[in-house]
Amino acid sequence: MINRFNKYRYASPATFYHFAGRLIPWFYGAAALFCVAGLYIGLFLAPTDFQQSEAYRIIFIHVPAAWMSMFIYVVMACWAALGLAFNTRMSFMMASALAPTGAMLTFVSLWTGALWGKPTWGAWWVWDARLTSELILFFLYLGFMALQSAIDDPRRADRAGALIALVGVVNVPIIYFSVRWWNTLHQGASVSMTKAPSMASIMLVGMLVMALAAWMYTIAAALSRARCIILERERNAQWVAQMLEADA
Amino acid sequence: MNWNSWPEFFYMGGYALYVWGSFAVTAILVAGEIVMLRLHRKKALELALNTVKYGKVKNDENEA
Repeated sequence: MINRFNKYRYASPATFYHFAGRLIPWFYGAAALFCVAGLYIGLFLAPTDFQQSEAYRIIFIHVPAAWMSMFIYVVMACWAALGLAFNTRMSFMMASALAPTGAMLTFVSLWTGALWGKPTWGAWWVWDARLTSELILFFLYLGFMALQSAIDDPRRADRAGALIALVGVVNVPIIYFSVRWWNTLHQGASVSMTKAPSMASIMLVGMLVMALAAWMYTIAAALSRARCIILERERNAQWVAQMLEADA
Repeated sequence: MNWNSWPEFFYMGGYALYVWGSFAVTAILVAGEIVMLRLHRKKALELALNTVKYGKVKNDENEA
């Protein structure tokens, strides 16, 4: 075999472009399936909550979105760090590809949180440590995107964005542990590795299935956006010309 | 199954505004992002095509 396994192969935008193109439909498909299953469990099978009645059903959107909002930021920071360390173009492109989806899910978690807070706490918003640090996360995503689009030279934009991503990542543990470190109106974690979850198992299953849907969707969206960014940045490369001429 | 009828389902025990407000806005944002991604792809393809047609195509960096 001439074409032996090479771990750097997927760091090449050309290889990545084709590989991602094949994966995207599968991730969208999985996202749709998990979403339908999760909504069915969450809206039809899960029982009414004895304290919050039906208002608690917001959890099936709120928790997966909030988890993803933090997780995407960490992944973004990892790509940024890899890019800075090894100067790989694809790493920076992946970081940029994740940011808009991360920002969207952060907004979803804030929005659904407000709609959940009003009936349960009596307020749309409070300046609680959890809510405030999540709002800061939203601004970090927006700052990352604004900074990148404000700098014309993509290499410099990448580096500046990577710096924001890396500095901002300290906010993620603050969000996660805020409910323990401070007295917050926001409740503590319902799901943890060390103790049994404090919710009915069918509710937990619904939430986890929705979280899987959010994962699959995020991967699909980030890969699609990465492909667009590759096309924009590599439009002068030979392989793009060959590919487009082959399609025409 | 928790619901006896569809109106009861949509009523959500009186929390319809909050529950459906959450689900609807999320659905709109996700659908919006998918539309934006399609437009982005169209624009990126056009840009690349124009570059191939009219711009200078440089050789692969590796070949230089």
